[in-house]
Amino acid sequence: MTLVAEGLSYRHAGASRVALRDINLSLADGEVVGVVGANEAGKSTLCLVLAGLAPRVVGGQLAGRLLIDGEDVAGLAPHRLAGRVGIVFDDPGTQLSGVAVTVYEEVAFGPSNLAVGRAELIERTEWALDLLGIRALAGRDPARLSGGQQQLVAIASILAMRPRHLVLDEPTAQLDPAGTALVGEALQRLAASGVSVLLVEHKTDLVERLASRVLVLDGGRVALEGPASDVLVDPRLPGLGVAPPARVRLRSRLAEAGLESPALLEAIAAASAASVSAPQGPASAVSAGGPA
Amino acid sequence: MPSPETPAPAATLWHRLNPLTKLVAAIATGVAALIAGGLLIPLALIAGAVLLPAASAGVLPRLMRAVLVLTLPLAVSVLVVNLLFFPAGQDVLFRLGPLTGTADGLRYGVEVLVRLLALSGGVTLFYLTTRPGDLTLDLERRGVSPRVAFVANASIGTVPAILERAEAITQAQRARGLDTEGGLLARARGIVPIVGPVILGAIAEVERRTLALEARGFGRPGRRTLLWEPPDSGAQRAARWAMVLALPLLAVLRATVGLP
Repeated sequence: MTLVAEGLSYRHAGASRVALRDINLSLADGEVVGVVGANEAGKSTLCLVLAGLAPRVVGGQLAGRLLIDGEDVAGLAPHRLAGRVGIVFDDPGTQLSGVAVTVYEEVAFGPSNLAVGRAELIERTEWALDLLGIRALAGRDPARLSGGQQQLVAIASILAMRPRHLVLDEPTAQLDPAGTALVGEALQRLAASGVSVLLVEHKTDLVERLASRVLVLDGGRVALEGPASDVLVDPRLPGLGVAPPARVRLRSRLAEAGLESPALLEAIAAASAASVSAPQGPASAVSAGGPA
Repeated sequence: MPSPETPAPAATLWHRLNPLTKLVAAIATGVAALIAGGLLIPLALIAGAVLLPAASAGVLPRLMRAVLVLTLPLAVSVLVVNLLFFPAGQDVLFRLGPLTGTADGLRYGVEVLVRLLALSGGVTLFYLTTRPGDLTLDLERRGVSPRVAFVANASIGTVPAILERAEAITQAQRARGLDTEGGLLARARGIVPIVGPVILGAIAEVERRTLALEARGFGRPGRRTLLWEPPDSGAQRAARWAMVLALPLLAVLRATVGLP
């Protein structure tokens, strides 16, 4: 089960500029690949293409191949890809169906569209609620949740469709540190179960913690690519509009000040890991009485 | 947990009725009042099919308020116009300059008003005792396209969302010095900077929402799995048919033997 992009180039409908140029990437089972880059670098467009929404829904011109298990799925109807590639956007408000009265119904909306059996529908819904630690919100009106809670619901709604490949476009943009850590833990568990994840994020600390490989996009092209441990310490990152992880920045400053020592570096690494870990268990991270 | 796969049972018997039964009852009440005419049958319908169920469902005060707000402007105009300008009016009640109020006009105006109340009362009772999602689920179960059901449901749900957005934009514009609480002219000037962003925002949201829906398999043809189905029964099916069949019967009775 691999997702492979071969020479993908994409131009938005009516645009003179190419949004993506000759993108090559592969997502293997259980792999987490991070994508970083400045605004307008093409990150969100890449997500739409990988999820089959561009050009099929938004228009535009696509060149190259998008392969899932060797099958070219570029141009396939989105509903035929929905159970194979899931996508989560950065704005949780517009990801809600608008027709669900409860979070439970919202999370069940996707798999119900795929016409899975009723018992499986319930099983998937409750699995996704538990995975994101939002079971306590099940009876709440999704429209009355905070932005962070809505984002967790949006992610659960996609996970309930059990995609083998997950594309996340800044999924923690509206989440606080606890919510970010919760999403990070959920993604780690998903990856461990074999789901491949493409994570677009500005929070490079989270990318460093989750991703084994990182792509840096610049002007629609892949500017840097390699193991996360190499790419995220690359001195060219700031020039590409990407802030390196806090650990890297701090280490760099210490080195400049001549204060670098093995014990200090070890302490920084430990603090960095702790900053993107959940301070509490998943079930306690979201309460039913959260902000409305 | 308040909502597992099915919502908690509704509090009253009327709330628990199948949504289609309540919809048919609402429409039949209004149509029957229109067909029957006069005062007696529409009043009986208001009492038996609107006020009594509303009281049993515990929504009578809300229903009265809603019906009053909905029908008051129309009711006043219906009464005034018929009282003063009823063409066949003979029994003069009063004269006010060139205007003449007649008893026939007043009677006809009251008859129209009662029919109006039966219609708006029935529909309001339906809305106060039925979640929109329940009706669309029930319609989907009966073979209506999920897209049609979705559009019907989303349309109802969109109104409060747009009002909420308008309120947020109003606050933002006020924070930047827009006068929305002054005189009529100031309020009129304040509409454009609010309506523009509301409409443009709604249009932009349509594309994002479309993408999100497609990503969740909404474009898949065929029926979808329903999480739960509103309960129905043989008695309710019979009641629905009885209400529907009573309407032509009422029309025939009125045309042949006449009605009070």
